Amino acid sequence: MRQLCKGNVAVIKGAVLAGCRAFYGYPITPASEIAEAAAQFLPQVGSTFLQAESEVAAINMAYGAASAGLRVMTASSGPGLSLMQEGISYLAGAELPCVIVDVVRGGPGLGDIAPEQSDYFAMVKGGGHGNYRNFVVAPASVQEMADLTMLAFELADRYRNPAIVLTDGFIGQMMEPLELHPHILHAPEKPWAVRGSRETRGNLITSIQLEPDVLEAHVRKLEAKYKQAAEVEARHELYRADDAEVLLVGYGITSRVLRAAVDLARKRGVRAGLFRPITLWPFPSQALAQAALYSQMVFVVEMSTGQMVEDVKLALDGSVDVEFFGRVGGNVPLAEEICDQLMTRMAMNVDWGV
Amino acid sequence: MSDYQVVQSKSPVFYNRYERKSELQHQTHYCSGCGHGIAHKLVAEALSDMGLQDRTIFVSPVGCSVFAYYYFDVGNVQAAHGRTPAVATALKRARPESIVIAYQGDGDLAAIGTAEILHAANRGEKFTVFFVNNAIYGMTGGQMAPTTLVGQTSTTTPWGRRPSNEGFPLHMAELIATLEAPVYVERVALCDNKNIMRARKAVRKAIELQRDGVGFSFVEILSPCPTIWKMTPNEARQWVADKMVPVFPVSVFRDRKPPAIENGGPRQISVIELLGLGEFSPAVEEPVAPRSGRRNLTIKIAGFGGQGVLLLGQVLAEIGLREGLEVSWLPSYGPEMRSGSAHCHVCLSTEPVGSPLVEHPDVLMAMNEISLRKFAPQVVSGGVVIYNRDALPADFAVRQVRVSCVPASELADQLGAAKAANMVMLGALIELTHVLPREQALAVLETTLHDGALLEIDRRAIDAGIDFVRKAAVPAA
Repeated sequence: MRQLCKGNVAVIKGAVLAGCRAFYGYPITPASEIAEAAAQFLPQVGSTFLQAESEVAAINMAYGAASAGLRVMTASSGPGLSLMQEGISYLAGAELPCVIVDVVRGGPGLGDIAPEQSDYFAMVKGGGHGNYRNFVVAPASVQEMADLTMLAFELADRYRNPAIVLTDGFIGQMMEPLELHPHILHAPEKPWAVRGSRETRGNLITSIQLEPDVLEAHVRKLEAKYKQAAEVEARHELYRADDAEVLLVGYGITSRVLRAAVDLARKRGVRAGLFRPITLWPFPSQALAQAALYSQMVFVVEMSTGQMVEDVKLALDGSVDVEFFGRVGGNVPLAEEICDQLMTRMAMNVDWGV
Repeated sequence: MSDYQVVQSKSPVFYNRYERKSELQHQTHYCSGCGHGIAHKLVAEALSDMGLQDRTIFVSPVGCSVFAYYYFDVGNVQAAHGRTPAVATALKRARPESIVIAYQGDGDLAAIGTAEILHAANRGEKFTVFFVNNAIYGMTGGQMAPTTLVGQTSTTTPWGRRPSNEGFPLHMAELIATLEAPVYVERVALCDNKNIMRARKAVRKAIELQRDGVGFSFVEILSPCPTIWKMTPNEARQWVADKMVPVFPVSVFRDRKPPAIENGGPRQISVIELLGLGEFSPAVEEPVAPRSGRRNLTIKIAGFGGQGVLLLGQVLAEIGLREGLEVSWLPSYGPEMRSGSAHCHVCLSTEPVGSPLVEHPDVLMAMNEISLRKFAPQVVSGGVVIYNRDALPADFAVRQVRVSCVPASELADQLGAAKAANMVMLGALIELTHVLPREQALAVLETTLHDGALLEIDRRAIDAGIDFVRKAAVPAA
């Protein structure tokens, strides 16, 4: 049955279905409904909810619960995520699975509480210290807030690594139909966990490796894991891209607006298409290169001053002109505005004659 | 009868050989005369004597005892600097039957992790903290600790700790004992055999209290650091007695039962029931197939906070959903919501909704003049503006848009329910667009409102809106 649901609440509904057993968090706009839904739902099914004294404590509580083998999550927005970066680095170093939701708001600093996509670098490129990666999934609807949270739990456990649900104030705050199926996921066996039992007595969770050779071997192991994941876990979606002379690229809420922009551009006689990364790490580089093979221009739109566009350029490696348009501060680029920008940039290219 | 025994064997809670060390696996990495060796031994013996080895999870901090897992043959988790109490909180809650030992030094517990220890203590987390206070940062080479004594030199207080610059030593046991929840707080000193025996008893008691599920227990252990203090082991022990104990008195600060505990939490149900899936799904009729005729509508609702703008949007989306349509509801949120204007976007469509952001709505429902002036120019040509007054402002005009002035607040007032103005607007929308049926609107309200009186008011408000639009449509004679 479809139910009308807020994006932030859908995260917790997905988490409950994914077998999440603990939520440790700290309130912040526009992510607070996630903690509130967790407080409402988790204790009813025997799971833990605790409001921590800070985001620093929350992520370390998640570290503790993950060490004990539980599916655990936390959620916050940019300023809170900045505080969690230490803990995320430790989670990655200690190879602990954990799901972290970032409902991005305007920054830097306190910024504002309106939606932005300015945490891309912080989440996708790391942000904490050391050689590690986060899985990053980017929902574009309320339904995906649940579905991709569930995917994040699976990825986190499959690779024993933090997985981020990178979303924004709009997707978090909006309501849409949500359809859930009574299919509950279960965490895999975790023989490495420390459970306070005879069987797990010999287990150790740590990220310290003081011997250079030992640490190098550990980092190489992580590297190999990330390489393997990069080959199989990238996900994307295409819209009217088959014959596109201009390929628009955007994720999350922006991809929704870009759909409208594609339709509008086609009405104006431009064969536009959309490439939407669903995973931001691993970035669907190969699929993007494939989709852009016959495009004359790739037009990246973000609610940032240009972050994901760097990965787009790396993926395309100079094979096609990459243009960028962004809005920040909580302003969302509108379809008409995007279309106008697109036409202007096409007109600037004299070879086109559109 | 002596009240102590001489122990010559190694506790089975210690590994026979420290294989996690890269070299010198027969000995610890601690300096001779270091208090950690004694503290470790007291903890290990208590755990083995009580038969708790298999159940124990030892959380190592950052500091010299970061490698406690070299020695303790128990489950081990190493935590970030200062975060041991947060990590221990979740471990204990995840595995309530386990014995969680949070072992921390003074920099870890009393400087960088002050928040974590105070809040874990304040929540009465049911684990045990051993706080090793040696008044200095040992592992990093002798910098000032929060517990460094006044006048004590360190590499970062080369002229001695000056209260005017660095403040005074923190008394953690006393601080923790000001809180309600902790059941046991004691400070002990590893300065002579008598005091070590007191420490032994304190360590055992703290672990027993956890074993029995009583509550948060905390033992501060004043501990020698001969290497950094540049003393012999004997001098260092003496320094603990002569210099530290006068500043950090050895005492029991708390030993009592936990405060009475309140309610037991919510009724336990299954995930399927919680999410309303399967046989537990609420009795709502399946959505009807989208009917023919106009079904796509984008709506912007705007007004002051408190006019029910956001709620009206949600009701519209729910009606649409039950009509078998694709829907989205996107609010403006945050301080705006509380201090002035509020608006939201609703999309109703037979196709999946693209952008939930409505640039050019088919319908604007303007609850006040500001919203009218701001958003009416955005309405599509041929669209509808429903304005919550009996006439447009004299100086205001919109082109190619059908304007319907519905004094919703006034009509709601006449019904004795000023807050139902949004429902009057809903009635007007129903009558003006014929996209959403009145019956479905009432059905939605019936399942969301559980108060019969409120439902009746809303029904009358919706009908007032419908009636007003109908009457207005009849040309004046």
